[in-house]
Amino acid sequence: MNTLWEFLSMQDANVRFVTIGSVLLAASSAVVGCFTVLRKRALVGDAVAHAVLPGVCLAFLLTGQKNPIIMLLGSFITGWLAVVVMDIITSKSRIKEDTAIGLVLSVFFGIGILLLTAIQHSGNEQQSGLDKFLFGSAAALVGQDLYTFGAVALLLLLSVVLLYKEFKLISFDTNYARTIGLPVKRLELLLTTLTVLAVVVGIQSVGVVLMSAMLITPAAAARFWTDRLGAMVIIAAAMSAVCGAAGAFVSFTAPAMPTGPWIVMLLSLLAIMSFLLAPSKGLLSRFLSQRRVRRQMLRENILKTLFHLGEPTGEYQQSYSKTQILARRQLPLRRMQTQLQTLSRQGFVVKDTQGWALTPAGKKEAQRVVRLHRLWELYLTEYLQVASDHVHEDAESIEHVLTPELEKRLEELLDYPTADPHKTTIPQQTS
Amino acid sequence: MMNLDAFWIIVTGSLVAMCCSLLGCFLILRRMAMVGDAISHAVLPGIVLAFLFSGTREVWSMLLGAATLGVACTFLIEFLHKKARVQSDASIGVTFTWLFALGIILISVYAGKVDLDQDCVLYGEIAYVPLDVWFTESGQSLGPRTVWLMSGVFLLILTFVTLFYRQLYLTSFDPAFAVAIGVSTSVWYYLLMGAVSLTTVAAFESVGAILVVAFLVGPPATAYLLTDDLKKMLLISSGLGVVASFLGFYLALWLDGSVAGAISVIIGLEFLLAFVLSPSHGLISRNRKLSKVASA
Repeated sequence: MNTLWEFLSMQDANVRFVTIGSVLLAASSAVVGCFTVLRKRALVGDAVAHAVLPGVCLAFLLTGQKNPIIMLLGSFITGWLAVVVMDIITSKSRIKEDTAIGLVLSVFFGIGILLLTAIQHSGNEQQSGLDKFLFGSAAALVGQDLYTFGAVALLLLLSVVLLYKEFKLISFDTNYARTIGLPVKRLELLLTTLTVLAVVVGIQSVGVVLMSAMLITPAAAARFWTDRLGAMVIIAAAMSAVCGAAGAFVSFTAPAMPTGPWIVMLLSLLAIMSFLLAPSKGLLSRFLSQRRVRRQMLRENILKTLFHLGEPTGEYQQSYSKTQILARRQLPLRRMQTQLQTLSRQGFVVKDTQGWALTPAGKKEAQRVVRLHRLWELYLTEYLQVASDHVHEDAESIEHVLTPELEKRLEELLDYPTADPHKTTIPQQTS
Repeated sequence: MMNLDAFWIIVTGSLVAMCCSLLGCFLILRRMAMVGDAISHAVLPGIVLAFLFSGTREVWSMLLGAATLGVACTFLIEFLHKKARVQSDASIGVTFTWLFALGIILISVYAGKVDLDQDCVLYGEIAYVPLDVWFTESGQSLGPRTVWLMSGVFLLILTFVTLFYRQLYLTSFDPAFAVAIGVSTSVWYYLLMGAVSLTTVAAFESVGAILVVAFLVGPPATAYLLTDDLKKMLLISSGLGVVASFLGFYLALWLDGSVAGAISVIIGLEFLLAFVLSPSHGLISRNRKLSKVASA
């Protein structure tokens, strides 16, 4: 508890720099990342991150010193150049985007490595620490870095806030954006520039490889919680800010632990939890709703079968044994037991010594499903000219999802029919 | 000035180049070029864990650890994309950065016990290949260990691609037809990815991740601009890789820099040449065709 308090109070200047720096960096790259991910250019950030290296080396070669502003400028230029080269390759040849990304990434990085090693072997005393650019170290943040981070973060956030509507349009509907006269090309360029800026600044604290995680992971996670861009941006930024602070806290309690990888580790875990657990889009919730639908279908099929069994005699509430039910229709026996119990709890069927029988409520429900099935068959044969021996399968799946409104429209359309294509009676609604 | 060391370095580069070219052609045709990049980063925790468990830098345990993680990485990418419905490029990005972060954290936790740092992982030094020589019991030198290892991997990959050329071809170009005639796309996806993992891992220590990515993408992309025939593409890209290894070595010697970096630079130059000059798909012939259409 003491450690946490010591961390939160931010007495130590170094803790202050690392924490604020990490939060600013993480949040601003997450905001920009939302747009890159939505435009399906998530991995471009990876290429930019690698393309920064030759810029750093060239800046050093040209000026002979490690001035952070000049190095930033150098890395910005080559990072930006990488995106331009990628665009040229994809638009002027048959090379696909992912190949262009991989190519630019490895070649730019190769140039960087060659320059870096050549500088290192040249015996220049000044060069030591140049390679720190590659792997980044949040723990080494100093006051001056914080000002750079703060300024860049502010610039990124401000641009996104001011041009939110425009960016939203070009991310979702480029053609529409073009028709209403937006300068799409220039906006795309600006968005790219912002991405490059975020990457260039971020690399110093998390390193080349992990920088793409700062762009992609929070955006991909936030995508699962909402369909609205505004909410997505805010969720991504919040997740990142929290993980940024938590990463700084981890390396505060265990100084050997690197901040950047911990930020990414926490972000990834958060993202994977989102993929699994998010309401409505998460894996678990989709699995549960699929199971719910399957069970509902099984229950409706049981009711239908009991109804069919009663149809020849008109004795709908007679009871039938499981063998009789299965003889009429193959149903998954093991799951059927629990569904029969659910049905009896719902008051649709009752059990007696001979087997199961429909209750009046059950008969009504079964009638509804059978009605929908036959209406749909009729619709297919009458309106879509499907042969009557081909319509059963389709009706079998649609009967479970037709709403009362659609049912009404179908009836009107078919002029209140009484028999289906197989000349069986369509049960009428009993209200 | 071709001494024995230079010879071994170029041979190693060429072997890696040929393995990567054979697999890379299929990767870029399937639009999965970035999966190679992902695997080459995701194997890091596997290597660290193998070190921790075996306690040595023994090749076999390392290969096993890294290959496991490489395949796990492709499973995770597929799972996130297909089952959890994460957009495909995002699922690649999330997976490999997560595994890489895990690797770095493991290195920091066991910093004292693992003789391994990120630098050597990202741009392993091919120039050290001749130093690690394999001696027999009687003390006779058999040449560098890496050359033996890469030769074995190359034979394996070559056999794989020649024997199953038809399946790889079908599942890359016409997955729907492949499924229709009973060739499982997912089996061949995982076999291909397994081969990519194996190559990445084997080449890792000697040439580094970045050169593996360069070889996987560069020569195949260049060859793709030069031919429409997959068999020719495989041959051309292998050839380009060998040439790049040769020229790259001398460029590095001249600049006194990293051999891996120099080879990547040559790969970039090769692509640039094909991009501009290719008789069928180059910039110049493309423009000429366009202007012909315009004037007609």
